This record gives sequence, C-alpha cells and structure tokens, in this order.
Amino acid sequence: MTNVKVNSVAKTYGTTPVLADITTEFPEGSFTSLLGPSGSGKTTLLRIIAGFIKPDQGVVMIGNNDVTDVPVWGRNIGMMFQSYALFPHMTIAQNVAFGLERRGIKGAEARKEVDRALEMVRLPGFGDRTPKQLSGGQQQRVALARAIVIKPSVLLLDEPLSALDRRLRQEMQVELLRIQRESGLTTIFVTHDQEEALTLSDKVAILDKGRIVQIGEPETVYEKPLTRFAAEFLGDSNFLTGTVENGAVRLADGSVVKSTSALPANGSTVTLAIRPEKMAITSGDTADNSIKARITTVIYAGPVLSYHLETADGVPLKLFAQNRDGTVLKEGDEISLGWSAEHTVAVAD
Amino acid sequence: MQNDQLTLAPARGPSGPRKGRALPPWVSTTALLMPTYGWLTIAVFLPLLTMFAFSFLSATPMGKAPIIFTLKQYRAFIDQPYLVGIGITSLLIGFWTTLICAVLGFLAAVALVRSTFGKTREMLLILILLPFWTNGLVRVFSWTMVLRENGFLDSLLHMVAPDAGSIGFLYTRYAIVVGLVHGYLPYMILTCYIALVTIDDAIIEAAASLGARWWTILFKILLPLAAPGLISGAVLTFVPVIGSFMEPRILGGRVGVTMGTVIEDQFTQAFNWPLGASLSFTLLAVVLAIFATFSGVLRRGTTA
Repeated sequence: MTNVKVNSVAKTYGTTPVLADITTEFPEGSFTSLLGPSGSGKTTLLRIIAGFIKPDQGVVMIGNNDVTDVPVWGRNIGMMFQSYALFPHMTIAQNVAFGLERRGIKGAEARKEVDRALEMVRLPGFGDRTPKQLSGGQQQRVALARAIVIKPSVLLLDEPLSALDRRLRQEMQVELLRIQRESGLTTIFVTHDQEEALTLSDKVAILDKGRIVQIGEPETVYEKPLTRFAAEFLGDSNFLTGTVENGAVRLADGSVVKSTSALPANGSTVTLAIRPEKMAITSGDTADNSIKARITTVIYAGPVLSYHLETADGVPLKLFAQNRDGTVLKEGDEISLGWSAEHTVAVAD
Repeated sequence: MQNDQLTLAPARGPSGPRKGRALPPWVSTTALLMPTYGWLTIAVFLPLLTMFAFSFLSATPMGKAPIIFTLKQYRAFIDQPYLVGIGITSLLIGFWTTLICAVLGFLAAVALVRSTFGKTREMLLILILLPFWTNGLVRVFSWTMVLRENGFLDSLLHMVAPDAGSIGFLYTRYAIVVGLVHGYLPYMILTCYIALVTIDDAIIEAAASLGARWWTILFKILLPLAAPGLISGAVLTFVPVIGSFMEPRILGGRVGVTMGTVIEDQFTQAFNWPLGASLSFTLLAVVLAIFATFSGVLRRGTTA
C-alpha cells in the first residue's frame, strides 16, 4: 500500500499535446477519480501510471520508487479494463492465479489465495468455470479478483463499469468501494460518469484539455467549482455574468447578486455559478438573491421536477425542484427564483 | 431531403405491398443453398467420385482394352514396397514444411499484429500476398538460381569468405522444403494473422499488468488464443504439400521422388489413371487418419 506521485508529466502525440505538465499526488489508500470528457487526457494519465505509455517528460513515483523507466510487468499494479479482459482460454481460477504464477506462487498456496480473492468478490466456487459462462457483472468481479490477488501497490481502473447496465453498475460500485476500503489499496479510477466519480471517490480530479482543472474532495469540487468547465462538467450549473460592484455583482438588467466567494476588483467582469437544485421558487425577496424568469420547458421525472427557464435578458436557467406537493408549473409561467449568497460561486472562465 | 424520407417511410412499412408474398422458409433456404452445393457437386464431388470409380478399374478406360473392376490398384504399396519409402519421404517433407511454416508464420503474424499499424501493416500484408500473384513455376525456378552451386547463395558467401566451398544445396530434400515453405508460408501467416488480430489489446495489457513478460504473453496468451488459426494454417499447408509434385521435381532432382510426383507420373507418363487414382485416395486416407488421430488436440485448440 503506497502512494502514487506524478511530477510534471507531459505527453504529446504528433503536435497534439495530450497531457500538459501534470503534477499531482494520489495519497496512500485513497480512491481518486479522474473525471473528464473524452480527449481530456484522463486515460493517458492512467496508462502512463500503469506503464503502457512512456511520458515525454516527467517522473512517475509508486511509493518511494521512481518507476518512469520500469516496464509494466515490473510495476506491481492491479488493473481493470472496460472490456473485462479475462483470458478466454483459461478457467476463472487460472485467470486469478495468472499473476500469482508470475510471482512464483503455485500449488496449494496459490489455490488458497485464489479462493480468498473469489470469496472477496462474492464468487466462491466459480473457479472451474470459464469466462464465457459468466455474466458481464460476474466477469468484471473476476477481473477485480485477478487484479487484487497479487496485492498490487496501486489499483488502476480504466472505466471498468461503463460496459455494465445501470443496475449492475450501481451494484458493482458498492462492491468496488467495499473491497477498496477492506484492502486499503490506493486506487485511481478513470470515468466519464460524474455521478460515479462523486459516489465512489475520496478525491475527484477534473481534467480538461490535458490539464487537471481542479482536484479535491467531491463536496468541495461540487460545491465550490473553480472554473466554469468544472461547474459544467460535474453536475449542472446556471451561470450569470455581471460586473463587480462594492463586493456584489451587478447583472446586465441592473439587479444585484450577492456572493460569499472572493470576488475580483471592482469593475471587472465575473461569472457566477449556481447549482439548479440550490434555487427555489419564492414569493417575494426572502432569499439573499432573486431573479425573475419564465418557464420554457417542464420535465417531469417523478421525484424531481426540472424546469428550463429564461430571464428577461434571455439568460437560460435550470431549476431542480423536489416534487413535494404534486403541483407542476406550466410553460410560460412567470416565477421568481431565490437562492443564498453562499451558493453563488464565482468561477474562472 | 430528410423530410422526404420521413414521409416515404410509412409506405415501406408492414402494410406495404410486400406483405403476404413471403415464401415458406424451406423454399428460400433451399434456393439460397443451391448455388453453393450445386457448385460443390459439379466441381468437387463429381470429379472425386469419377476418380474413385477409376481407382477400381484395371486400366485407363480409353482405347479398346477390356475393363474389369478390381481391387489390385490398392495393393500397390504391397506389390511395390519402394512406394512405402516414398510415402514416408512425402510425410516427412509435409511435416517439416508445416512445422517451419507454423513457426515462421506465427511469429510473422505476431509481428504484424503487435507492432505495425495502418498503412505499414497494409503494405506488409500486400508484400506477403505478392508471391500468390506470381507464377508458381517461376517462384520455384528462382530458387534453383539461389540454391545451385555458384548460385546466389554461394555468391553471397564468397563475398564474405572468398575461399569457402559451396553451400548450395539444390537437389536435396532441404531444397524441396525451402521451396515449399516459400510457397505455403502466406497461408500460415494469414490464418494466424486473422486469429491474432481478433485478440483484444486489453487482454495482452492485462497479462503485462499482472507481471507477464513478452515470452509469457507469447506462449501463455497469444499461442493458445491463435491455436485455431495455427491449426487451419497447418491443414492448409500439410495437405497440398504432401501431394505436391512441382517443387520436388524441380528442386529435388534425383531425390525429388515423392507421392506427388509418382501420382503425377501415373497420369502423365505411365498413363495408368487407376493406379494414380488409387494412390491419391490412399494418400487422402492417410491424411484423414492423421487428422483423426490428432482431432482431440485440434478440437481442444479451437474451442479454447
């Protein structure tokens, strides 16, 4: 169990920079999600840590060892792939034992380890079956058992759940989290599913265009996004743009919005991000901030109602409301929205 | 454009004019299978059956000689014991050619799949197929230029060591194997390539992440997963090689007497078609017996 550090790692394909000077640390026993759209460099970063890609510059440390020049087979990593990647010509037990054999563990000792690993992923007695006889979820459990049985220094997960259907994925998330907690493995998880990232991780790193835009605890990254991209990619967000004036922000229509976050100097333009669920329909100026808007679309999703709105200036807004009393507003209704200054976050563009 | 398609769509729907015209399934199945099986009957089954019938005749059914049905042609291996030696030579040539093709072809296919991409790979595949587009006779004769005494091979050697003797080995069984390997290697490369190219990269990466080095990946992952390709390549090579007559004749000279040349002689020189036919079917029986013996191994390879 060890931490992982990358120091000013960069990678360029042809003339396209895929990773631009990334420096970060994955603490011992932590579960970090690398979250970003495709092409953001998240998979490249994971594959550099795994050793499948050699960075153009920079250093990769696993524990106290500089592994930058160590080939994949010498890094002692556990890895899970989107396509499960079980060896189709071997039984489940042989699959799980593959890494043990490479470490010279054979016979009864290996069998004991394999049984323990299969029990950990709740597939005891599946050793004699072949991968083809297992469902997708079961195959992914075997892949997990195969990755952890070798007691790796770090567990690398390359979108392992995205091939599973929604129910199975949620089930596997719980399993994954339980096993990660039990084993205490430093885990790095690549995903483009923001909900998955929030549910599973101790830390979320948001990547965009080869850079880490923001890294921190899920609550921090969600509640206090640093950039417009972070606010938009992780969850939904409303954006209001205005000019800083005496510690508040004056919008184009003349109304003033208060925010508790640090604002730039008077007169400069600033973008404010407000989460749609932090807004509420109000009757009067009871909240710190309020704005009038007209409903353009109503989406009824059972427990949650989401409204698409438009202000008089044409700024699009979203509002998520709990369906408490069963009243559904209609398109064209004019409403007043209120929200607190605390949930008004100034973000960089 | 899009609108047009949208409005046209319902006309082609289930209520369209095609409804109700469906033929019973057995009619369409038969109709679809007819071309294939018809062709197989005309091109393979009928000629084979004719040859099979010939093999029971006492003489070629041309001219005025009386024809009787007999089994004596199948006693050739007993009546002419030297044929047994020739048969063994043919099987050995087949064995070595297939083995060398398998090793070279598998490694070449691995190299193609694992370390080439896009244009380079296409180019290399074309280069592999290129020999197919040249005349087989030309290919074999070009080897005589290389392998004969003071040929290309000797010239190369004498460039390095001017005083060395000749290492040309034309008119030996090695020369036959070299020529046959050259001719049949593309089959092996292609069948292995097809098997290897379907292996998910992630499987190999998973093996590497678990601590496997290249030789472990080669022998424990790639080889077993490519077994079906290797086996079909081996069949595609072994069967024609043991019946081959052109390469043994040109590259083997005096030692180039194989089942293939003996059978060819029966048809072209001795004009004894029944003996040629019976020898062919004996060879076929031996090949089938060999495959039957190894079928257990083969089947395990393909289902893995």
